[in-house]
Amino acid sequence: MQKRGFWLAGLMVILFLATVPGTSRGITVPDNVTLHSQSKLYEPFNFPHAKHILLVKECSYCHHHTTGTLEQDPNCIRCHRNSSETKVVSCRGCHQSDPFSAVAIKEKNKKIYHLDKPSLKAAMHRNCIDCHEKMKKGPIACQACHVYTKAGAAFYNTGEFAPKNKPAKSGHGGH
Amino acid sequence: MKRRDFLKGCLIGGAAASLGVPSKSWAVGSFEGYPDAMGVLVDTTRCIGCRSCEAACNKEQKLPEPDVPFDDTSVFKEHRRTSEKAYTVVNRYEAKDGQKPPYRKMQCNHCNEPGCLTSCFVNAYTKTGEGAVIYDSKVCVGCRTCMVACPFNIPAYSYSSAFAPVVKKCIFCYHTRLKFGKPPACVEICPREALTFGLRFDLIKMGHERIRETPDRYVDHIYGEKELGGTSWLYLSRVPAEQIGLDETVGNEPIISNVKEFLGMVPMVLTIWPALFSGIHLLATRNKDHGDAHHNHSEQEDGKK
Repeated sequence: MQKRGFWLAGLMVILFLATVPGTSRGITVPDNVTLHSQSKLYEPFNFPHAKHILLVKECSYCHHHTTGTLEQDPNCIRCHRNSSETKVVSCRGCHQSDPFSAVAIKEKNKKIYHLDKPSLKAAMHRNCIDCHEKMKKGPIACQACHVYTKAGAAFYNTGEFAPKNKPAKSGHGGH
Repeated sequence: MKRRDFLKGCLIGGAAASLGVPSKSWAVGSFEGYPDAMGVLVDTTRCIGCRSCEAACNKEQKLPEPDVPFDDTSVFKEHRRTSEKAYTVVNRYEAKDGQKPPYRKMQCNHCNEPGCLTSCFVNAYTKTGEGAVIYDSKVCVGCRTCMVACPFNIPAYSYSSAFAPVVKKCIFCYHTRLKFGKPPACVEICPREALTFGLRFDLIKMGHERIRETPDRYVDHIYGEKELGGTSWLYLSRVPAEQIGLDETVGNEPIISNVKEFLGMVPMVLTIWPALFSGIHLLATRNKDHGDAHHNHSEQEDGKK
């Protein structure tokens, strides 16, 4: 009897916790995220996470079914109708940084549904730019987020590496 | 009597040869690509025209300095084409419904049965098992037949080289990347995964799946799945393919199907025709020379008289 009571109490606690958002459960939510810290072509830049939380208010808008309100997309709820929040909510927890390597292509599990999952880079650019376009707010142009490093400017032949002798308009052979 | 039999035999033999010999090679043109061939699915709905792929291609292939920086968007004022200095270019097209203008990257599509390869008489071109259409510039004689044969107008020519001009085009980064299982440089740098690298067969499934999941986003057509016998590079688009500069009139038959009848005739022409026509000529003129000579002789004799 006592044992059953204990289990019941445990279950109640779990159910109670499930209704509380992860943020209140002590899961750390970063206010700022430094992106592109490994890049050679661009300077790292800051993503103001806290600002986006205040503006968007809905975590699942960017984090899909991993946190926030349950997914509403009719295509997603076919499977994720009752999905609970996941332990890992960061982008890189699901989105691979190197999806096209020989190993990644060879070891791709073709039985899972999410075969066409965008890479980390693509997930971010598509999430950010598409939403900024939709909301008509926030940076869209490349340079608005990405400032070239010296290597970056050389790579894009821009800035101090811009082509100097601009030829007269004839360069496109065979028009 | 004998002469008539010979001519009859020649005609029947020639007719049989012209029908019989090429029919053996009729099967070519149904090649559906190597099973492990890689490809790239170009989702033009994702492209934002950042031109990073052009920059990456330039550095990977060690191409000459561009005319303008790679972050200069003024290039979209005109529709560019590939050149000896740029194996890939991104062009902007007009959206007829007032929506965002679509962009499309242009490069060699790496056909399953390349027209350039078919046309090259020195065999400079190779279609590798990985799906790339590469060429040996040491073999290239610079005849530019492939530039005429290519239905996508891709091969460019190094007109700047006065003494050893050769054809120049995208090689799928074969020597530096594809051979080692790595994606081409343009795919790797694409920020929005407008370019997806994978097995061609997988990409076709993936493309159809994207269309099925978000039918409002795409025209129900993967350009390159069937066009010209199939290409390694495939395109998805929100607008009909012709509106982003992809020729929809090319049909599904590979270039080789248009020329195989002619090419099948070549051995016959080279082996049978010389013998046949020399025979006819010899027979037709067998008595003539003699007769003419005789005639001349008699004329001379007449003159003497």
